[in-house]
Amino acid sequence: MAVATAPLRVLIGKVGLDGHDRGVKLVVRALRDAGVEIIYTGLHQTPEQIVATAIQEDVQAIGLSIHSGAHNSLFPRVLELLKEQGAGDVTLFGGGIIPDGDVPRLKAAGVQMLFRPATPMHDIVDFVKGLRVEH
Amino acid sequence: MSQACIGRSLKREDAVTLAEQVMAGEVRAVARVITLLENQDPVGTAVLNHLAPTAKRAMVIGITGYPGTGKSTVIDQLITAYRRLGKKVGVLAVDISSPITGGAVLGDRIRMQHHADDPSVYIRSMATRGQQGGLARATREARRVLEAAAYDVILIETVGVGQNEIDIIQVAETVVALVAPGLGDDIQAMKAGLLEVADIVVVNKGDYEGADVAIRDLREWCNPVLRTVAVKGEGIPELIAIIAEHQRVQDLDSPGLNKRTGRFIDRGARGG
Repeated sequence: MAVATAPLRVLIGKVGLDGHDRGVKLVVRALRDAGVEIIYTGLHQTPEQIVATAIQEDVQAIGLSIHSGAHNSLFPRVLELLKEQGAGDVTLFGGGIIPDGDVPRLKAAGVQMLFRPATPMHDIVDFVKGLRVEH
Repeated sequence: MSQACIGRSLKREDAVTLAEQVMAGEVRAVARVITLLENQDPVGTAVLNHLAPTAKRAMVIGITGYPGTGKSTVIDQLITAYRRLGKKVGVLAVDISSPITGGAVLGDRIRMQHHADDPSVYIRSMATRGQQGGLARATREARRVLEAAAYDVILIETVGVGQNEIDIIQVAETVVALVAPGLGDDIQAMKAGLLEVADIVVVNKGDYEGADVAIRDLREWCNPVLRTVAVKGEGIPELIAIIAEHQRVQDLDSPGLNKRTGRFIDRGARGG
């Protein structure tokens, strides 16, 4: 079926009051080079904007970068909105400054993967490319 | 709005349901059908065949122009203006796929993101996937989907083009070409291609040095030529008015959907 060979579509964005976008831009570039179509939303998105964008763009996954410390409220809110709007099948992953203690809770809530500082880029690329198998 | 999950493995039997959902304006169905069409999935084509013709055609406006001239920013302003008029607005924003990896950074919507959670605005980024000519492989089909979903205005943003990527004229009734000051002299303004086929030429960044000269040169050879400063919203009401006038004339010349494919020939025959 044509879908199997089609490029993955992934939304990458930054939520909340957080202007640190150097890392996320590197991720965007690496995913482009891995053959992924990335919809990049830029900075200062609300969870509502992220979920509306994910639905309009029909992405398989959302990757959010958060360096502001607001991860414990932003990730669960995105998951909640996805479920509410019938898009619970969209994979949510993230990256940024997320303390050890918060990781298990976020993963239990449904964040598929969290990439923290010093993650090799190919780990992120491999994870995203692996999404194709699940869908 | 239906909250049901639309699965990713769709069969031909799903086409009727998807078509009904599209015609009911359900965003998730619109988005999924465009994906199917982008992926050349036969279910997508089946959905198109089930879409009833729309009574009234959408106002379809192509925004094209050289890279970095402000296409996305102009579209952001046009969305705001058409929303004030109560219109439902769809946007198809095309960016280029890598010829090497097939990947793409689709970033047009960054400039339009404050419209993202307006339920009467639909924005879809499309990668060219090898298509030449300034549009994506499925842009024409995506237009049909948005039209069936009753979007009143459809704005199509091409990739940043050169002189020869003019497929937009076969998909949009009104083509607006953007240029920025400082890109060439009056001989550039005379050349065939992009500026020749544009219905409206806009000199954006009209507050930059050289804008007056660019407008003067272009006005000798192209008509009409407008000045905008899109980041400030300047010139947008004038652009809206001239688009409306152009659409009105188009409808008088060749009303309805059917004559669109003959458009290029028609325009050639009419001459400058």
